[in-house]
Amino acid sequence: MKYSADSVWENKDEYDIAVVGAGHAGCEAALAAARLGFRTVMFTVSVDSIALMPCNPNIGGSSKGHLVREVDALGGEMGKVIDRTFIQSKMLNKSKGPAVHSLRAQADKADYSREMRRVLENQENLDIRQMEVTDILADHGKVTGVQTYSGAIYRVKAVVLCTGTYLKARCIYGDVSTNTGPNGLQSANYLTESLKALGIEMYRFKTGTPARIDRNSVDFSKMEEQKGDERVVPFSFTTDPEDVQIDQVSCWLTYTNEKTHEIIRANLDRSPLFSGAIEGTGPRYCPSIEDKVVKFPDRDRHQVFIEPEGLHTNEMYVGGMSSSLPEDVQYAMYRSVPGLEHAKIVRNAYAIEYDCIDARQLKSTLEFKKIEGLFSGGQFNGSSGYEEAAAQGLIAGINAARKLQGKEGIVIDRSQGYIGVLIDDLVTKESHEPYRMMTSRAEYRLLLRQDNADLRLTKIGYEIGLISRERYEKLLEKEKMIEEEIRRAEHTNIGTSPEVQSLLQSLGSTPLTSGTTLAELIRRPELSYEKLAQIDKNRVDLPYDVIEQVDINIKYDGYIKRQMRQVEQFKKMENRKIPDDINYDEVKSLRIEAKQKLNQIRPSSIGQASRISGVSPADISVLLVYLKS
Amino acid sequence: MKRETIAAISTGMTNSGIGIVRISGEEAFSVADRVFMGKEKLSDVKSHTIHYGHIKDGEDTVDEVLVMAMRGPRTFTGEDTVEINCHGGTFVVKRVLETVLKNGARAAEPGEFTKRAFLNGKMDLSQAEAVIDVINSENEYALKSSLNQLKGSVRNKITDIRNRILYNTAYIESALDDPEHISLEGFSSELEKTTAGIRNELSELIRSADDGRIIKEGINTVILGKPNAGKSSLLNVLSGYERAIVTDIEGTTRDILEEQISLGGLSLNVIDTAGIRRTDDVIERIGVERAAEYAERADLIIYVVDASRKLDENDEKIFSMIYDKNTIILLNKSDLDTVISAEEIKERAGNIPVISVSAKEEQGIRDLEEQIKSMFFKGDVSFNDQVYISNVRQKNALIDARESMEKVLESIENGMPEDFYSIDLMDAYESLGSITGESVGEDLVNEIFSRFCMGK
Repeated sequence: MKYSADSVWENKDEYDIAVVGAGHAGCEAALAAARLGFRTVMFTVSVDSIALMPCNPNIGGSSKGHLVREVDALGGEMGKVIDRTFIQSKMLNKSKGPAVHSLRAQADKADYSREMRRVLENQENLDIRQMEVTDILADHGKVTGVQTYSGAIYRVKAVVLCTGTYLKARCIYGDVSTNTGPNGLQSANYLTESLKALGIEMYRFKTGTPARIDRNSVDFSKMEEQKGDERVVPFSFTTDPEDVQIDQVSCWLTYTNEKTHEIIRANLDRSPLFSGAIEGTGPRYCPSIEDKVVKFPDRDRHQVFIEPEGLHTNEMYVGGMSSSLPEDVQYAMYRSVPGLEHAKIVRNAYAIEYDCIDARQLKSTLEFKKIEGLFSGGQFNGSSGYEEAAAQGLIAGINAARKLQGKEGIVIDRSQGYIGVLIDDLVTKESHEPYRMMTSRAEYRLLLRQDNADLRLTKIGYEIGLISRERYEKLLEKEKMIEEEIRRAEHTNIGTSPEVQSLLQSLGSTPLTSGTTLAELIRRPELSYEKLAQIDKNRVDLPYDVIEQVDINIKYDGYIKRQMRQVEQFKKMENRKIPDDINYDEVKSLRIEAKQKLNQIRPSSIGQASRISGVSPADISVLLVYLKS
Repeated sequence: MKRETIAAISTGMTNSGIGIVRISGEEAFSVADRVFMGKEKLSDVKSHTIHYGHIKDGEDTVDEVLVMAMRGPRTFTGEDTVEINCHGGTFVVKRVLETVLKNGARAAEPGEFTKRAFLNGKMDLSQAEAVIDVINSENEYALKSSLNQLKGSVRNKITDIRNRILYNTAYIESALDDPEHISLEGFSSELEKTTAGIRNELSELIRSADDGRIIKEGINTVILGKPNAGKSSLLNVLSGYERAIVTDIEGTTRDILEEQISLGGLSLNVIDTAGIRRTDDVIERIGVERAAEYAERADLIIYVVDASRKLDENDEKIFSMIYDKNTIILLNKSDLDTVISAEEIKERAGNIPVISVSAKEEQGIRDLEEQIKSMFFKGDVSFNDQVYISNVRQKNALIDARESMEKVLESIENGMPEDFYSIDLMDAYESLGSITGESVGEDLVNEIFSRFCMGK
């Protein structure tokens, strides 16, 4: 039973900021707040599950890897922790352009969790408290504190909600369901009502996870081995690359087949997704295996990745086969896959539904429009993924702290980082499913590369106060080296000497007919800065990360400049501010739908308004005309 | 934001039997009530009804009229609208308008009704532009084309191209987001074909944009010929009344005459020129120089040859001006004794079509008309199956889109990685969207999810 009137008391330990939840968002939020000097308390239903990875055992991946690097560049923790706890690492999309190179590491889940907990425990200004928060206390639209299940009241000036998938969580497979959070952990059943009482609108989303199976029951000889990269690149800009050259473990690839699909089709009526037992909206991008079979009937097989959950466990994750089918069907389905004929399930696959918010109730700073001092981040905001959570948690934590500092909130815009794209999409666009980051969502992705996250964001991190002076100065130095080397390459003349011609020939490049510059040669698709070393007589030794920037910036110069021009256009629209007190009902010529949407979201700029679904280009013209008159 | 009430004559300024004065805006009804005397006040009548009465300017009765009373938003502009159907010709319609303006309405600027319709969400950009084209179109072909555009032939064609671009981009993007599930092997060569195809379709549309201009603005035509070859007579026949001074004295036309004429529904902006011959007369020489200049820029040159006189050095000079242009040779004065045969001219002219006419007798004019149509409309002036792009903004958007497709092809040829293709593909997608007034929004993400099976 929740507290009675008798058990209500005020905890006199003084805190400035409370963070509710200790997942990937909560950890970043709490660390940022504490590091910016505010006394911070972080609540969790279970201290043992701090920084838990309840689904896939990896950090990063396409576009998510970008987020981790950006979090790191701003002074967050995720990149540093995964660099210490990964067991395999790969740079994805290496054959593609540099903008879509993305780092993904397999984590030792237990190690990751333990390591993050150690960082939190040793953080000055930060206390960890195992307790469920049941109420947000607010007065006249302003946060005053939180109250816990035990009745204790903590008075604070800002609260960051990072409740993940725990609010009224329910796990389901077949006709079996439990009212628990992920991994059978206690759910948080009271906070939703408190938020609703504050006028916050809630959604119900769902997601799912595959089974974990016993390594000893898997026949790896029927699978393809998937090894890590020979040379591992760290996530954090602060990690010494030599420290991450470790012995890696392998993942394994196998496939479903017609038999698997038949089993699934024959049992669809027993799936809670199709019977209607699940009310939440699931994501399209990580569909359950039953979804895939139904939606893509022509595919005769789907990939299945068998991934270790850690070094000190035999549990393995069955990537690609998340499901909420009944237990007996799960056994039959998994065992129809080559290599899994004798698979023993350790944990069942399940779907989970939970309460989250419509993030359009938030400002771009992740503060609630209606309640001052109340911030939120992570899956609670309708996103999915550890990395998306960490990114929002970091920004919410920073902005809670800045609120108390009396400073304006930090907003990373769409041209500065994936974090900006993520948050702008969440607070602007209507979403009916958990939001996942994708490189295609970033319109300026050629500029938002994982390799230049530090150049884009570390200055901002320094201004915020999460980046040390030493790291900042190192960055300035790197910037200078890049700039100078690019200039040198543009001005280094290469003649038609026999040495040059024979090098070009050996690299399959057309010989020169007249002199050119080093930069021009670098731009040839078949050449690169490094390949031309022997004909570049005045070259000095530069660090690898500097060379990488020089090469990319010269090679893709034309494309990069084009995107920079587009960014200028974008900034113009972003800088056209819409006054806070605009009365959209007065703008007669706006269509009703547009009026409703604009009233609901109250965008801060014409740029943001133009991204609202239901607001047409014609509506924007009307708005521009109105603002001028 | 309050908008003034505006009024204008919404029919052409011709001496037709009927003219309409349209009033639109919040005050449309009260303005109309001040000038219209009927059985009841328009402010009291039901919407979308017609009423008989008189327009009064003070005590004077201006005209006997029918008035349509329509309340917004179910009107063309979306605002309250009153349309006054007048009986009279130009003069009376003008007086009705003046009376309305005296009583509280402001004269509408060109295209202002359409602009309001657009601002009130009654039409998208491409429709709005087509309506402006309807207003501006000066002949029946342009009207047909504009109406067809309203029905959405441009929209359909462009939507079709956009869908193909989107599908291909989504293919690339899904592979980038989920490289372990979706492979791009061999995709480049497929895409190369698709892209080249789309580029060609865009070129076709751009060409039609030129046709669109020609339909709307008319074919810029220059008439060339030696002095007294009958150029001015031809112009007079074409335009239906005496425009140029026609005499038997060589060099009568010293200036350049411009005339907009309608030839079987085609609109020709005809420029008659001084005859081409070496001359010491200063005024005439300027005329000759200008003729050469116009010929350089014209859509069409009509070269009038006098069949009763031998070809000479002046004709040679003209041949040198026209050999690489859109030209029709008219063998004129075929009613007189001819010294040059059509065969002779044809031999000299090469591929240039030759038509025998007598400007005086109006023979062969029909042939000329057919020849022009076949040159400018590929022999088919049906507007049902052809898509015409007819304004500069749309044409520029098409050119941008084609340029983006060129860049995709260039990237493929240069062996650039696939993620670079998406950038230009989406640029083209956006350019084309600007024609139909659609933004990109979540299109790509939705396409990725609906078409491609993502992992996890």
